[in-house]
Amino acid sequence: MSILSGLGSLPWRLFSDNKGPWGPKAGGGGESDPPREPVRDPTPGPWGTQRPTSRPNDGGFSGASLEAFLERSRRRFGGGFGDDGGPGRRPSNSKILWIALAVVALGMLLTTMHRIGPEEKGVVTLFGRYTSTLPPGISFTLPAPIARVQKVNVAQIRDIGLGSTSEETLMLTGDQNIIDIAYQVRWSIRDPEQFLFELRTPEDTIRQVAESSMRQIVAQVSLQDAIGNRRGEIEGRVQEEMQRTLDRYRSGVSIRGIAIKQADPPAAVNDAFKEVTAAQQDAETARNNANAYALQLRQIALGEATAFDKVYVQYNLSPEVTKRRMYYETMERVLRGVDKTIIETPGGVTPYLPLPQIQRSTPQRQAAP
Amino acid sequence: MMTYLRNHPVMIAIIGALLLIALLGSVTIVPETSQGVVTRFGKPVRIVNQFEQGQRIGDFGAGLNAKIPFAESIVWIDKRVRDLDMDRQQVLSIDQRRLEVDAFARYRVVDPLRMFIAARSEDRVEEALKPILGSQLRNELGKRPFASMLSPEREGAMENIRVGMNRLASQYGVEVVDVRIKKADLPDGTPLESAFARMRSARQQEARSIRAEGTKTAQIIRASADAEAAQIYAASFGKDPAFYDFYRAMQSYQVTFIGDGANKSSSTSIIMSPNSEYLKEFSGR
Repeated sequence: MSILSGLGSLPWRLFSDNKGPWGPKAGGGGESDPPREPVRDPTPGPWGTQRPTSRPNDGGFSGASLEAFLERSRRRFGGGFGDDGGPGRRPSNSKILWIALAVVALGMLLTTMHRIGPEEKGVVTLFGRYTSTLPPGISFTLPAPIARVQKVNVAQIRDIGLGSTSEETLMLTGDQNIIDIAYQVRWSIRDPEQFLFELRTPEDTIRQVAESSMRQIVAQVSLQDAIGNRRGEIEGRVQEEMQRTLDRYRSGVSIRGIAIKQADPPAAVNDAFKEVTAAQQDAETARNNANAYALQLRQIALGEATAFDKVYVQYNLSPEVTKRRMYYETMERVLRGVDKTIIETPGGVTPYLPLPQIQRSTPQRQAAP
Repeated sequence: MMTYLRNHPVMIAIIGALLLIALLGSVTIVPETSQGVVTRFGKPVRIVNQFEQGQRIGDFGAGLNAKIPFAESIVWIDKRVRDLDMDRQQVLSIDQRRLEVDAFARYRVVDPLRMFIAARSEDRVEEALKPILGSQLRNELGKRPFASMLSPEREGAMENIRVGMNRLASQYGVEVVDVRIKKADLPDGTPLESAFARMRSARQQEARSIRAEGTKTAQIIRASADAEAAQIYAASFGKDPAFYDFYRAMQSYQVTFIGDGANKSSSTSIIMSPNSEYLKEFSGR
């Protein structure tokens, strides 16, 4: 136990001192290797504050027991190897050897335990052969070179964007028109073992299948449907087609959804499409104007007819009087405001019209244009 | 013996190393993703982890495999579904229109031995399969009019291509899983331009017909409003045409000589004869 604990803390010291052959490299590696750290170094103390004070004690103690042990084993072996080294060098060499062995053993021990996150699954291969899939939680397997665990995130929804809004991706529709399309595929891993072992290039495959499925579906609908309100239906059909194809490859991929971000006529014909919109506006304007006219005309007609009806009712009560009254009232109003000339000539005298008065307005009219 | 060993540590080291190499060489780790052709001095003797239809992952094959060290070596061949990407191809339809087609196939090596003998590596299989895919595609699509070339899936053309390709691909121990068209575009230049021109003219036609439709509707609305107004007038005024004539004349005089609310009429001079109806009482007869 004392040896073990000594060994446990030794590598750190050695590496930090850069004494060992893998000193600088392994020391750096150990620090950037989070899963190994907590087990090997359960309390943060030795690394931080305790290290400088505890070093001489610790080193002396574990070094002594190790030395004794090695000495014994060396005597038994008969000093076959390493005899050429000086007496001071030998223990340091063997120490390193032992430390190396311990590190390897510890490393292997650590690789037996696997923490699988709630969103992950662990695919276990034993000498390359798939054996099982680990559920979330802590699981144990055989150590590292024998069993290998690949963690796969099965909850994450990944997406692939195809076509972009800045660049044109043209596609032919069923009625031989062309649209500029951009869409996004959301997918996740359903069966991690299939995903890892069945396809050589899973992401590329998804991308290509997406492209071909979209092309296939768009080639079956008309331009109006593609840029109009049947996008949802297209998205659904593409998703179905993709899933079917990927299942045939046994890809272990689940397509979560397709989102068409853009389905527009290409820029080259965009003006003509705008023209259609403008025409629709124009037609709408013409209809509105006509409706306004109709409404106005009907109201005027109704008003005039009602006015006439009301007068007519009164007229019917005493036609002659009403008629004369209306005549005189109207003439009164008409003649009140105008120049009147009354010429009492039963005949003979030719009436002389005051032409200058009439001409008064005509020069102005001629000068105007 | 012991003394020999003690005196020749280098020898021991060499022997130990050789033994270790032999031990390591006698087992191979076969991953799930590969099949291996084991060759003894270059001659294929057996296959490890061969693909079989309906096989489940982890069933058998992969894992540790024994082999004779030094004598046997393993050529690895991918077991997964692989991608065969075709270069863009121009395909001529039966009605002499061009389409630029970009297709891909998915294949899997099902007979590694045959594949190894025929092509040695996946790359060379792909080199061999690419022209086959291209020619199958051209043959199959070239039989069709342009319109049906756009969605060849409908008529099973892709399945035909796959079957046709499989016939040739089986020589390489390869099974084509699927053939799909990734892109089918009009070639740049005249065909694309004329398609755009067609689209443009179709839109212009649509725009015109929409405008004409709007004008037509507007005219109908106005005319029916006119008709309705006439009907209203007739229903009302028709009760007494003579009185209407008088009534309307009165209104007309007023508007003409005085103006209605909006416009003032220009000044008028009236020369009247005392014999007029209005002045008949003027003379005091």
